[in-house]
Amino acid sequence: MGESRVIFGSRRRRRVVIVLLLIAAALLLAACSGGDPTNLARVVDRAKPQSTLDPKGPNAAKIDDLYLMVIIVAAAVFVLVQGALLVAIFKFRQRKGQERPVRQMHGNMRLELVWTIIPVVILAIIAVPTLSTLFDLRSAPDPSENALQIEVTGHQWWWEFSYPEYGFTTAGELHIPVDRPVYLTMTSADVIHSFWVPPLNGKRDVVPGRISNLLLQADDPGVYTGQCAEFCGLAHADMRIRLFAETPADFESWALAQAQPAVIPTTGPAAAGWETFSTICIACHAVEGTNAQIRIAPDLTHLASRTSFAGATIDNTPENLKAWLHDPSALKPMRPDLNKPSQGRIMGMPNFHLTDQQIDDLIALLETFQ
Amino acid sequence: MTTPTHHNPHKGVWSWLTTTDHKRIGLLYGVSALVFFLIGGSEALLIRLQLAAPDGTILSADAYNQMFTMHATTMVFLVIMPAAAAFTNYFLPILIGARDVAFPRLNALSYWIYIFGGLFLTISFFVGGAPDGGWFGYAPLSTQVTEIVRMDYWALGVQILGLASLLSAINFITTIFTMRAPGMTMMRMPVFAWMALVVAFLLLFSLPMIAVGLFEVFLDRNLGTLFFNAAAGGTPLLWQHLFWLFGHPEVYILILPAMGIVSEVLPVFSRKPLFGRSFVIFSGIAIGFMGFGVWAHHMFVAGLGPVAEATFALTTMFIAVPTGVKIFNWIGTIWGGSLRMKTPMLFSLGFIAMFVIGGLSGVTHSIVPADTQQTDTYYIVAHIHYVLFGGAVFGLFSGIYYWWPKVTGKLLSEGLGKLHFWVMFVGFNLAFAPMHILGLEGMPRRTYRYPKGLGFEFWNFISTVGAMTIAVSILVFLINAWRTRTHGEIAGNDPWDGRTLEWTISSPPPEHNFDVVPVVHSEDDFWHRKYTEDADGNAVAIPGGGAPLVAGPDDPPIHLPSPSFYPLLAAFGMFLVVLGLVYVPVGLILAGIGVVTVVWGFFGWSMEPLTREAH
Repeated sequence: MGESRVIFGSRRRRRVVIVLLLIAAALLLAACSGGDPTNLARVVDRAKPQSTLDPKGPNAAKIDDLYLMVIIVAAAVFVLVQGALLVAIFKFRQRKGQERPVRQMHGNMRLELVWTIIPVVILAIIAVPTLSTLFDLRSAPDPSENALQIEVTGHQWWWEFSYPEYGFTTAGELHIPVDRPVYLTMTSADVIHSFWVPPLNGKRDVVPGRISNLLLQADDPGVYTGQCAEFCGLAHADMRIRLFAETPADFESWALAQAQPAVIPTTGPAAAGWETFSTICIACHAVEGTNAQIRIAPDLTHLASRTSFAGATIDNTPENLKAWLHDPSALKPMRPDLNKPSQGRIMGMPNFHLTDQQIDDLIALLETFQ
Repeated sequence: MTTPTHHNPHKGVWSWLTTTDHKRIGLLYGVSALVFFLIGGSEALLIRLQLAAPDGTILSADAYNQMFTMHATTMVFLVIMPAAAAFTNYFLPILIGARDVAFPRLNALSYWIYIFGGLFLTISFFVGGAPDGGWFGYAPLSTQVTEIVRMDYWALGVQILGLASLLSAINFITTIFTMRAPGMTMMRMPVFAWMALVVAFLLLFSLPMIAVGLFEVFLDRNLGTLFFNAAAGGTPLLWQHLFWLFGHPEVYILILPAMGIVSEVLPVFSRKPLFGRSFVIFSGIAIGFMGFGVWAHHMFVAGLGPVAEATFALTTMFIAVPTGVKIFNWIGTIWGGSLRMKTPMLFSLGFIAMFVIGGLSGVTHSIVPADTQQTDTYYIVAHIHYVLFGGAVFGLFSGIYYWWPKVTGKLLSEGLGKLHFWVMFVGFNLAFAPMHILGLEGMPRRTYRYPKGLGFEFWNFISTVGAMTIAVSILVFLINAWRTRTHGEIAGNDPWDGRTLEWTISSPPPEHNFDVVPVVHSEDDFWHRKYTEDADGNAVAIPGGGAPLVAGPDDPPIHLPSPSFYPLLAAFGMFLVVLGLVYVPVGLILAGIGVVTVVWGFFGWSMEPLTREAH
């Protein structure tokens, strides 16, 4: 009691404490005032669309079941150990400084062997389902299961998805049919990334120079979010994924539409937009059906059909596109001054200082990329 | 022949710069670690403020990446390791009845390399930005030359900090093997000394591995080697193996000293010997060995294949066994004791309670399929903080409150100490328990912002409130520490009714530690000089037991190491070398000057007389 007066005692000190608290409150308020042109509620109807605790497919469900089993065992151990600790503290603490007689116990070999062996047994029991689930989840799908193949490439800082069966490439958002295994074949164009859509499966690193695989399967139609889980530099937080699980019919019509080449308008602002595109954007972006074939930035053939852009970070609206074309780095941190295409390294989209007219024309063009 | 005097003729800054006294070096380590703790803590507060709400704008992505990289690098290499080194330096020789470490000037060199390494890492903030590739520096991100020098500062800074630890490890191992007092057999050594020995061996074997990796990162970045460049046939995963072969033993390097402290504190404040002492020691050794066999559990999603993953899952599960043994033995120690709930005891009990949580979440990581969901999320952030903060930092604070009276001669205030404990305990759990939930709900770590709509808002806000609460508790500690200068109660030699040799000598200890080298007859030797056991095994005080030993006329003269300026000089030379290497090729001139300085330092060192007599 006496000591606590040391901090709160004098009025001056109390004032210092109040000022410190006010500073803390001001900083907290400042932290709350962020602005981001993303509104996941537009596409997602669940409160926690990225949770591992609400699995939406067989792979994630197996993991969740296993985790639940382990957490129950862990909770039991937690209660026993913390309980013993608390009992010991309350039973054997000195009261009012009264010394208790203490028998000088040095140990008890039998007891110590027991509490060495019991954890070994518990762990050995846990190990069995762990290893069987591990081998189960790591196996490639059987050819008879007719898995959908998707090729995934991680880039700083966006995901590229190719559907070899249908012959098209898209970015940031992938669509899969429900109740059908999806087999991802993944690699990286630059540094290590990690593909992760928690409601459907655990994550898997995507390593340059290596191929890694991951099995996905969704039970129900819905939108699931994910993001890169391995730190990959400046905009790691903005390398996100939106996954649309659809009925087989919906998926089929989406895929067939995506496989269509773009048709470049010949009149109006969109045609003017193509002029700009084919002088500037063409250096990095591909559009199927045209001579834009360089693929070091996202394929834009069907940009207008996506709900988001810039690594699934920004909602795909004309206003956001306009802001993006004005100054990309203002919406998502990037370092385009460090782009080195010769080394395959693209650190983001530069600001081309486009005029308002050029931007409006480009947006008119991009809106035709349905 | 005169009796040894306790006065210290060397005062002022120069005496500290040239000291070879293990206690002064311990103090330097402790104060430096505390300063870096405040720096690393401030970085943590900025991180938490940024994440208090979705789409935070306090830090840019660039600043955030520097903050989390430097927070971890600082806390691991500049706070917890040197804080453990502070205790080991100060108390290891005293606990084993020695007058100094085996190589006092090497000890000074370790400290000066450490402080220059810390300085080197910290100045990077002011010359174009601090390292921003994570404390784990995964290649090829760390070798991707984006910001020109940032990760060079990291690779070279961690490299020389590793050298400092390596030299310390050699020093402590030699000290323990050669300088124990008569009768101080290995099995009579205090558990803290045992844990220091295990840590020293872990450092000795693990640091060379990261040293190789760090050189490769530096060469890839600056000289165009291709160790980690996949396009040219290099292997990014090689770095992960080298890093975690160091990185996992490192976890035990960080936690075992705290376990050693707790193993000293619990018996003293329970008035009972450590339960199953040899089990505790051997489980520490087992952890040391097994710690080298679990590294790939950091790589369960890297693509090692199911067979390797299964193997490392099993080794990881079974390293929980010796850890569990320690916890059960600690509970066995307090069971049936007479517990004095002083501040050191509160922190040690807090350590057990929090470490149990960190240990259990650790077991859930060994469940590989579950780990593919957990890894790289806030669930892991929660786990490492329960181990390294709830564990290591609580243990270190226990040590600070326990040994403060021995070091300063004054007791810390119990009232403020308890306030510190409870505020920190509540703040810690508010800050880190919610991170388990955040991780399971899909929040990845190392992300500078998160959007609305993922459900991360509430727990992030609570966590930030917890971080602020921890900051308040640190403030209470600083006030308490400052206050002892004027208000501290005089401690006397043995304020806690201690069991080990440090409590037999004055507080603070004389420069030569022991007037008479003690002859040890049992474990907890000092306790057995004070107490005997009756027929029922109850402790009975021996009248007049535990009186200090007085030097007789026939005792040999005491030799103490001379102060030396050369360790500081050599360390400064190394600082110039690494600073020069950051700016190759121009910096090679500076590096050359550095090499000359190092050689000068070592030459002067080898020409110096070895010891002086204390009287």
